[in-house]
Amino acid sequence: MKRQHKTFTAPEVTVEFKFTDEQIMIRDTAEAFVSEVSTSAAVRSAMLEPAGYDKDLWRQISADMFWQALPIPEALGGLGLGYVELAATLEQTGRFLLCSPLMATAALAVPAIRLAASEEQQAHYLGRILEGQVATLAHVGIQTHGSHINMQAKITDQGVCLNGLSRHVLNGQSADFFIIAAEETFASGELGVSLWFVDSNTQDLSVKVLPTMDQTRRLAELQCDNLVLSPEQRLGGVAQCQAQLLSSILDLAAIAVSAEQVGGAQQSLDISVAYIKERVQFGRTIASYQAIKHKCADMMLKAESARSGLYYAACIADEFLAGVCDAETLAEAASISKAYSSEAFFFNAGCGIQLHGGVGITSEYDIQLYFKRAKALESFLGNASEHRERLAKQLLDSEVLL
Amino acid sequence: MKLRFSTSDEAFRVEVANWLRDNLCGEFESIRFRGGPGDEHSFVEERKAWERRLGEAGWTCIGWPRDWGGRAASIEQQVVFNEEYARAGGPGRIGHIGETLMGPTLIAYGSEAQKNKYLPSIRSGDAIWCQGYSEPSAGSDLANVKTKAVFDEQAQVWQITGQKVWTSLAHESQYCFVVARTDPQAKGHKGLGFFMLDMHQPGVTIRPIEQLTGTSEFNEVFFDSAVCSVEDIVGKPGEGWQVAMALLGFERGVSTLGQQMLFQNEFNDIVQLAKRNGADRDPMLRQRIAEAHIGLRIMRYNTLRVLSGSDEGELQAEGMIYKLYWSSWHRNLGKLAMDVMGSDSEILDAEPYELNRLQSMFLFTRADTIYGGTNQIQRNLIAERALGMPREPRGNN
Repeated sequence: MKRQHKTFTAPEVTVEFKFTDEQIMIRDTAEAFVSEVSTSAAVRSAMLEPAGYDKDLWRQISADMFWQALPIPEALGGLGLGYVELAATLEQTGRFLLCSPLMATAALAVPAIRLAASEEQQAHYLGRILEGQVATLAHVGIQTHGSHINMQAKITDQGVCLNGLSRHVLNGQSADFFIIAAEETFASGELGVSLWFVDSNTQDLSVKVLPTMDQTRRLAELQCDNLVLSPEQRLGGVAQCQAQLLSSILDLAAIAVSAEQVGGAQQSLDISVAYIKERVQFGRTIASYQAIKHKCADMMLKAESARSGLYYAACIADEFLAGVCDAETLAEAASISKAYSSEAFFFNAGCGIQLHGGVGITSEYDIQLYFKRAKALESFLGNASEHRERLAKQLLDSEVLL
Repeated sequence: MKLRFSTSDEAFRVEVANWLRDNLCGEFESIRFRGGPGDEHSFVEERKAWERRLGEAGWTCIGWPRDWGGRAASIEQQVVFNEEYARAGGPGRIGHIGETLMGPTLIAYGSEAQKNKYLPSIRSGDAIWCQGYSEPSAGSDLANVKTKAVFDEQAQVWQITGQKVWTSLAHESQYCFVVARTDPQAKGHKGLGFFMLDMHQPGVTIRPIEQLTGTSEFNEVFFDSAVCSVEDIVGKPGEGWQVAMALLGFERGVSTLGQQMLFQNEFNDIVQLAKRNGADRDPMLRQRIAEAHIGLRIMRYNTLRVLSGSDEGELQAEGMIYKLYWSSWHRNLGKLAMDVMGSDSEILDAEPYELNRLQSMFLFTRADTIYGGTNQIQRNLIAERALGMPREPRGNN
């Protein structure tokens, strides 16, 4: 007798919390491409490049694959796709540790431009990105916890000037232009946040490379000394507080980071399982031991759950960009996804080292690269406990009882 | 990919919510939020009456085909129903074994006579069923069945002898489905039969098991030459394992989102309590409350992925983690509830042993990671079936 319970209800399924055929195609294309160009040897070679990535490969990605165009509207020359498609792609770049400025450009700069810039600015700056220029966001100062800004925009005799420091700027040393967040006192007297386009070759801007433990992605420090700004450089073009928009920009970026974390969590599991199936101890493959199997089962639970949280957050990101849901809903989804996937990736990479045994702590095996990437992405754009505290504020500090 | 249910499903949601608002009141007010796991012993008569009320209005067995009194409801509609039912505080469904396990099994594998005999009373909410799978020496090793079924040639009946355990609501049930060994020479999953047994007969003894909560929803059931007619075996003698496994297959995602709404209710209680007693100012508890919230939301989206079907028809890995996920999450929620209660978690509502809802939940969540396959068994299944890891060497059966 065969199991035939499908004949029992056989109802139509219209819950569509899965990829469409087109999204599967996008993911499969990304998987095929990245697995070919971002091999272990390629990653290790790219790590040694001054920019931290292979510039020829970036040209290929930006010109042929056109991934930076995924979240850019068609009217502006982009592909007009959404966050689900971006997540599907970044899951694969994260899975194979691709070294590239894609995250900085497509997930930090593009959302900033889409949310905060004027139409003319969007056409201009997104146009530059579509041509393959690298852009990034500088939003955090010396304090790493929270979004503490150490950059000031002040009116001086020469006009508005930027002074201060931005740290942890992703791909800062190879960016063609920056979007810099600064504190500004607005005409209303309100102290808030303004955002500025600044080209990398600008006078009075110095860029310093910060050496990183995770060599697969580069961070830089920006120093501005009386950098004179023109009104056209202000995102939105009107002097207004952009603090809420910056928060949503970072939420959209955090969801993109989650996508790379999900890919990394999955691959940490996959390469570990592949290794332990080959490894023989006491006369049998160690994959047959329950202690090993149970660790792998826990890793799979983390990877799958992080993926569910990511897809949910990616859908919310699309709804937010379409004006269907508000910033608070986006913030909640981003924090859920970033908190869970941060811990899932770190857990899986850490377990992966343990499962590899002695070779797990050698540089020869790739699991250590995942471990370092996991730690780097965990602290980038808010670690799990920061995001949980943000959720706790939503849940506990409102007057409304559930 | 999208997150929302369709407009017609949302209209159905309103219909369900309205009916529950108009009916789950008055004489049924007292059973709102009662009778869930750990509380199945409570308000049994009222809950039986509630089953019949549901049956009259056509709200039992909504996923069954119309021929058998169902609504042929889609999976989405069943999910929506379960969600709204839980949101409204609908009492634990005393008829769920019949509705979700026995009924679908009969519809798929039963004879016309069996369907005619058993389905209407399940549908109307009149007949309560329990399940006779687990045995004292078996645990998660379900195939280790010692209960015997011997065919009495003279009387032309099967005689069932043996013991089952962890049988929920056996003392309230009219029928039990029993997996028993028809071939004494066979081992493991071979030579078993799947019997439908009337519990109201001399050969059946039921002994409640007192649990750590002080209550008894589980029982030991003893069969001493209990009689089952030849018409009441599903499939052929020897095919019991296949029927039993198919039956377990019916226990899939449909009710899980309803279960999560129950979890949401418990979580909301904890949040409200934290706001009232000041636990919401403890940084560690804030972290844990947020973590529980994250876990619950992700559980929902795990389930929506399962319900949506896999992308390419392969094994649904996300479906395999469900039991391990929810049971671990719920156990942590139980601990969190106690820590939010603080020192008061130790104080009972009344003597001799009256637990409040959160205390009862805390204690009973220790069962969650055991029943239905322990977390250790779940991890073995995930490793072997989803990750393709080799089996641990096993015994000789």
